[in-house]
Amino acid sequence: MITSDVIVVGAGLAGLRAALELNRHNVKVAVVTKVHPVRSHSVAAQGGINAALSNHPRGKFDSPELHAFDTIKGSDYLADQKAVLKMTTEGIERIYELEHWGAPFSRTEDGRIAQRPFGGAGFPRTCYATDKTGHVLLHTLYEQALKFEAASERADMQIFDEWFVTRLIVHNGSAKGVIALNINTGELEIFAGRAVIWATGGSGRVFGRTSNAYINTGWGMCVPFYEGVPLKDMEFIQFHPTELYTNNVLITEGARGEGGFLLNNKQERFLANYEDSAKAMEMAPRDIVARNMQREILAGRGVEGKYIHLDLRHLGKKKILERLPGIRMHAIHFAGVDPIDQPIPVAPGQHYTMGGLDVNLNTESKVKGFFAAGECACVSVHGSNRLGGNSLLETVVFGKIAGEYASAYFKDGGGTDVPVIFLNQILKEEEDKIIRLLESKGKENHSAIKHELGDTMDLGAGIFREARTMNASLEKVKELKERYGQIGLNSSGRIANFDLLWAIQLKGSLDLAEVILRGAINRQESRGAQFRTDYPMRDDKNWMKHTVARWKDGTIHLGYSSVDLSLHKAKKRHY
Amino acid sequence: MAETKTFKVFRFKPQTDKKHRFDTFKVPCRPGMTVLQALNYIQENLDGSLAYRSSCREGICGSCAMHINGKYRLACETQVSHLSASITIRPMAHMDIIRDLVVDMTPFFEKLKAIKPYLIPGDPDEGAERIQTQDERAYLDYIVDCILCGACYASCAVNGYDDEYLGPAALAKANRFLMDSRDKADEQRLALVCDEHGVFRCHTLFNCQTVCPKNVDPTANIANLKRQIIARQLNPKFSKKGI
Ligand SMILES: Cc1cc2nc3c(=O)[nH]c(=O)nc-3n(C[C@H](O)[C@H](O)[C@H](O)COP(=O)(O)OP(=O)(O)OC[C@H]3O[C@@H](n4cnc5c(N)ncnc54)[C@H](O)[C@@H]3O)c2cc1C
Ligand code: SF4
Ligand code: FES
Repeated sequence: MITSDVIVVGAGLAGLRAALELNRHNVKVAVVTKVHPVRSHSVAAQGGINAALSNHPRGKFDSPELHAFDTIKGSDYLADQKAVLKMTTEGIERIYELEHWGAPFSRTEDGRIAQRPFGGAGFPRTCYATDKTGHVLLHTLYEQALKFEAASERADMQIFDEWFVTRLIVHNGSAKGVIALNINTGELEIFAGRAVIWATGGSGRVFGRTSNAYINTGWGMCVPFYEGVPLKDMEFIQFHPTELYTNNVLITEGARGEGGFLLNNKQERFLANYEDSAKAMEMAPRDIVARNMQREILAGRGVEGKYIHLDLRHLGKKKILERLPGIRMHAIHFAGVDPIDQPIPVAPGQHYTMGGLDVNLNTESKVKGFFAAGECACVSVHGSNRLGGNSLLETVVFGKIAGEYASAYFKDGGGTDVPVIFLNQILKEEEDKIIRLLESKGKENHSAIKHELGDTMDLGAGIFREARTMNASLEKVKELKERYGQIGLNSSGRIANFDLLWAIQLKGSLDLAEVILRGAINRQESRGAQFRTDYPMRDDKNWMKHTVARWKDGTIHLGYSSVDLSLHKAKKRHY
Repeated sequence: MAETKTFKVFRFKPQTDKKHRFDTFKVPCRPGMTVLQALNYIQENLDGSLAYRSSCREGICGSCAMHINGKYRLACETQVSHLSASITIRPMAHMDIIRDLVVDMTPFFEKLKAIKPYLIPGDPDEGAERIQTQDERAYLDYIVDCILCGACYASCAVNGYDDEYLGPAALAKANRFLMDSRDKADEQRLALVCDEHGVFRCHTLFNCQTVCPKNVDPTANIANLKRQIIARQLNPKFSKKGI
């Protein structure tokens, strides 16, 4: 058994920021992560992180209040408004802190942190480091973690990487740690603590066409869900307008922020032809741009009938090399196209999970001692549609808050210790589950189920939704769940058994798929990222509320909760 | 459309196998397919026990460096179509094998830790951002792109015979902080890389420069560290800005 004061699950930006905060409060922390910290998906973030620093000549009059307003409007009024203002206000300090810790941001001519325009924002407020912002920020936080790990001689801050969490330990209604599998030895271990911070990131791999890493399977969100932490607003899935047509690797919104055009097969900037994007054009929010791209493709005006061209050629070689070097390499590697000379083939695809574990603006959940931050959590600051650059901000702002609140909870006593018998019993249950899975000899191939699930979700829960296709997808998901009961593993050993890991995670993907579809089917309106062709209007009277899914005895139950509208009245979104 | 290629993949389970072997798999390769996708195909359809790391599948997380047809590369950024009909894959060298293509990267990360890989600023961190000019930031281009994949470490002949040699990535990282205008720990940093397992152990073989998927150019970074150390020896008043 490994013990610490607080257990952090996940070592992306949210998890590491939480761990650093615990360390600052002299609280012992064990960080458990299934991949080495720098392999976390935060590393892939490209375009930047928002905060009203007012460093851009056109951003002089920016403020946290205006940033909050843009975010709330972008969310189609489903975000909790005080939480948003908290994020935009504290965000400024968090950015300066990252800079102080050594993050190599790109710079303005006068040497300040550079900022670029992003969709749905009134001012250029997205701070960036070329188009590798997530990479530099994650490495910076990892460096700080190493600093503290070294300073404390590794007693107060320990990172356990390549440990895969299979279970959250809840005793008498309070979170007390986790069970994790050491990937490289195959052994299970108890990580016991007085509080748990969850930071397992997004779940894009529930879909087929997604910009997310392979590791974003959704299992991370399900582990606490199975133990009583509700999931909120899971039907709101962001489709990013510009993913490489070939393999869905992301081409940052920064490419449009720097002046890139979207063109159909007639080489027209077609966004001008749609009322909701005619004014803001390429800088309209993601949901609007993605829908209008999809409409072009459906109307037969896609290039080769299938995709849209993102044209950067007019930006010139110098600007592309200076500001967008990473996506240039992506286009070269994965589409065989150099954006300096040719337009990039792009299409919308799954990108971000707006919903997540239900927590309040202090990252607290219904389960005592359980906190969540980052993409796996739903505070909610993104509501039904996230603005680009806001989720990196969310990770560091709420990661810090989670660390702060968990340390206060710990210092206040944080409940008493858990009986060892109870811990051992849970460990035994997990061990049995793993052995059963390892010995399963069914005929179904879990990878095949995974791919079918991806196709099903692309089809039923995509950019345009309607009851008929969603219900068909839900039926299919139920069938896949049955088949999951009949899988057989190809690999029996315990050491570095990735077959086992993928098989465990598929269960989470399947359950999340059901939560997403059922939430989407129930919500008979169009709001933000959810667009229903059978209910094309927003319906504030009936649907200005959060969807809250609960897991009870193996089944999913839906309920609803209210939205904090205390700062701005809901209006129609115009851009 | 699919062309079948032969993959010869290194297999080894230290707990049970006396010796490694190569397993041969036939993989139907679509246009645009990467080596990582080919490995996925093998794991999903032919042999689920094949072990390798992967995460981002876009060359940014550093999980998938391996030896592919004679060169260390990222499996996820390597197009199968650019390789011959027969493709041989081995794990990274100089590190113990956990299973198949998964190696124990602990020594690599321990060496990174040894160079104090974090900003050591002179003044307390308060208020707004520190000013850094575009030129000062430009020096860090490429060096900060290091994804800690280990390809340079595996390719380095010196790492092969000196277990304690810090290796290209850790040394490049030392230079990344030394040359950051905001860092104020020059003497401390140079002292950390100046012993017999530090920069002067490098024979400038350029292997790391050749393999690095991110153009970090560890060779040039090591050269700069040497230059900084020697210049200080020759002239105690030397300042790095003068270079
Ligand atoms: C390609 C791409 C580009 C993006 N660009 C931007 C951008 O420019 N600006 C912006 O604001 N946002 C961007 N986003 C979104 C943003 O990057 C993410 O929302 C954010 O980084 C998530 O961080 P996180 O810390 O919550 O999770 P992650 O960084 O995903 O970390 C999750 C952690 O949890 C661990 N984990 C998960 N499950 C388990 C388990 N069962 N056991 C143990 N450990 C586990 C993982 O190992 C990992 O360490 C982008 C997203 C993508 C996909
Ligand atoms: S320097 Fe290059 S090869 Fe070496 S670890 Fe960094 S990215 Fe990989
Ligand atoms: S899988 Fe991330 S670098 Fe290859």
